[in-house]
Amino acid sequence: MLTRRKLALLTGAAATSALLFAAALPGPALAQQKTVIDFWHGLPQPLGGQLEQIAKDFNDSQQAVQVNASYKGSYPETMQAAIAAFRAGNAPHIVQMFEVGTATMMAAGPAVKPVYQLMQETGASFDADAYIPAVKGYYSSKDGKMMALPFNSSSTIMFYNKDAFQKAGLDPNKPPATWPEMIEATKKLKASGSTCPLTTAWPVWAQFEQLGAIHNTPFASQANGFGGLNAELKIDAPLYVKHVQTLIDMQKDGLFKYGGRDNKPDALFPSGECAMIHASSGLRSRILKEATFAWGAAPLPYWPEFAKDGPKNSIIGGAAFWVMTSPKRTPAEYKAVSQFFTYLARPEVDAKWHMDTGYVPVTMKGFELAKAQGYYEKNPGADVPAAQLTRTPTTENSMGLRLGNLPEIRNIIQEELEKAFQGQQDAKQALDASIKRGNTVLRNFERANKG
Amino acid sequence: MQRRVTFDNRLLPYLLLAPQVAVTLVFFIWPAANAIWQSVHLQDAFGIRSEFVWFENFTNVLGDPNYLDTLKVTVVFSLAVTVLAMGLALLLAVLADSKIKGARAYKTLLIWPYALAPAVAAVLWMFIFNPDIGSFGRALRALGYDWDYRLNGGQALTMVIMAASWKQVSYNFIFFLAGLQAIPRSVMEAASIDGAGPVRRFWTITFPLLSPTTFFLLVVDMVYAFFETFGTIHALTQGGPGKATETLIFRVYQDGVVNNDLGGSSAQSVILMVIVIALTAVQFRFVERKVHYS
Repeated sequence: MLTRRKLALLTGAAATSALLFAAALPGPALAQQKTVIDFWHGLPQPLGGQLEQIAKDFNDSQQAVQVNASYKGSYPETMQAAIAAFRAGNAPHIVQMFEVGTATMMAAGPAVKPVYQLMQETGASFDADAYIPAVKGYYSSKDGKMMALPFNSSSTIMFYNKDAFQKAGLDPNKPPATWPEMIEATKKLKASGSTCPLTTAWPVWAQFEQLGAIHNTPFASQANGFGGLNAELKIDAPLYVKHVQTLIDMQKDGLFKYGGRDNKPDALFPSGECAMIHASSGLRSRILKEATFAWGAAPLPYWPEFAKDGPKNSIIGGAAFWVMTSPKRTPAEYKAVSQFFTYLARPEVDAKWHMDTGYVPVTMKGFELAKAQGYYEKNPGADVPAAQLTRTPTTENSMGLRLGNLPEIRNIIQEELEKAFQGQQDAKQALDASIKRGNTVLRNFERANKG
Repeated sequence: MQRRVTFDNRLLPYLLLAPQVAVTLVFFIWPAANAIWQSVHLQDAFGIRSEFVWFENFTNVLGDPNYLDTLKVTVVFSLAVTVLAMGLALLLAVLADSKIKGARAYKTLLIWPYALAPAVAAVLWMFIFNPDIGSFGRALRALGYDWDYRLNGGQALTMVIMAASWKQVSYNFIFFLAGLQAIPRSVMEAASIDGAGPVRRFWTITFPLLSPTTFFLLVVDMVYAFFETFGTIHALTQGGPGKATETLIFRVYQDGVVNNDLGGSSAQSVILMVIVIALTAVQFRFVERKVHYS
């Protein structure tokens, strides 16, 4: 019911904005023959404002194109708005889509214009290799062509409370690098009175997707779905069973605390409640603002027994910009979009966005520029996510995930985890149930998107 | 006695009816037809590929053991919310209707929660019951009670039931109060003179005379529990932990909006529509017989 109502509402909203847009045309915009580009994003304040500022800077930098950036709600809401608008023939030129929506967008076929194709057709110079491999891989097609323009990317890292470490007799400058060290540290923290030595935000992204990448172990078959729509979940591998069982046992012993789904547990670290958190690198700005204790950032720990030649690079999260098609699109509009994208790909824009927001730089040049400006000396630990993303060349298992309806699969795994943490099942049962339910989702996606 | 209104112009009545018909068509019939159409199709998110699959979406939904669990949760949730919201409201209304000091102030205060949007109310509840940042939640933990609705399904369900009923108590309260005030004082006084105590007066006079109100609220509350508690659940638990607080309407949203499964989501909408139509029919057919309309 809600879906229908929502769709109707969105269609109405899209129609209204189209009308307003038409009414606004005879004004000064038409006089200067500016090409107007609609750009829908899903970033709340203050990030949304910073993104809109970039669009404004671009508008001020030239005369031909006017980019109208507008906030459409959270990532899933933005996705839904874009889908409804496309169905009504009114898709925006550009939409920001979260990384887990990548497979859905790639399967969208005629609804999307791949970025490499857009750049080719409009004759813009675009170097896909300028991007950090872990970023490029996530948004590339099977044959290595860039499908979307990477923009705000993050990775999962660990934040830890140095004061709590001190109190527990741990070295505040030597955060645990492996899981055995991690378990030892949580025991000492608990002994020193901590009620929550460790928690994790994004339970699936941090403890499954990143875990697989770091240990070069597939999350799903078909190279994590890059190879085709017939991928199946592989999370019953020994690594995952061992890891999840460890978390369940730690939860029982008061060494680990399940803090909820997605980014709900974020609040537990800056408040001082939890001594360590695995979270998005984007949490940094909030910790800066709220934490009243000394803290540090470190790479995610790994299992030495499952990473014989050391941990691999982590994968990204965040979002990318996709170009959408519409029956009334003109070549001039595509040209304008490619101009905007060329602007966004500049190292100085990338570096500024990175330094202003805490997202990782997406280009190597942007990373180097931030380094050259002394950003990391002034902000120790701010280079941890980028360093973790780039520490090894990407493998088949550390490129990212390309699975249909990944948000649904994440929810399924979170549900099964919650049942396990309640003591209703053990790690193996939780993972088997996740695979069974997750594969049904993948098969449905395969069926709906074949041909 | 019915009065027949006649119009000179034969078109006028249709013209006057048109806006209502248009609203019904656009906001009910058209989307409902759309849902039925989608419930027998398999589509990708963008609607580019579409395949007619007969009743496969329905068999998938009904064959999913998780769906039956969700149905159970919904039944428990709806019954609990309805009983709790109506019982509390009736109790409060009877108390506020008696001659006590400051009755007006109580009445006003009791109506307040209704003015809150469900999502806002849910956020308030979260600030009270969250085990880490909520005042009451922290107090419970400090007392040694293992309160954590993020991991305890029973606690989570209890909390959403309380939050959802709390919202509806005010609404029920207004109607019960109005119903109580419509009961003629002379009848009550006569009963008192005949020696009936307050409890006896309530069950033999007040309650039967309130039955039209009670029946109306029963229907409204059931529909509320089924359809309008989405915001509360979404803001408090998102259906978790596990699927402990996932109701049918929440799953429709989850499958349709988050999971982009329009066929399955529409099939569930249609099932939900049938359930509510059946429930309302049953209520009118059987319960209404016992209702006294004066």
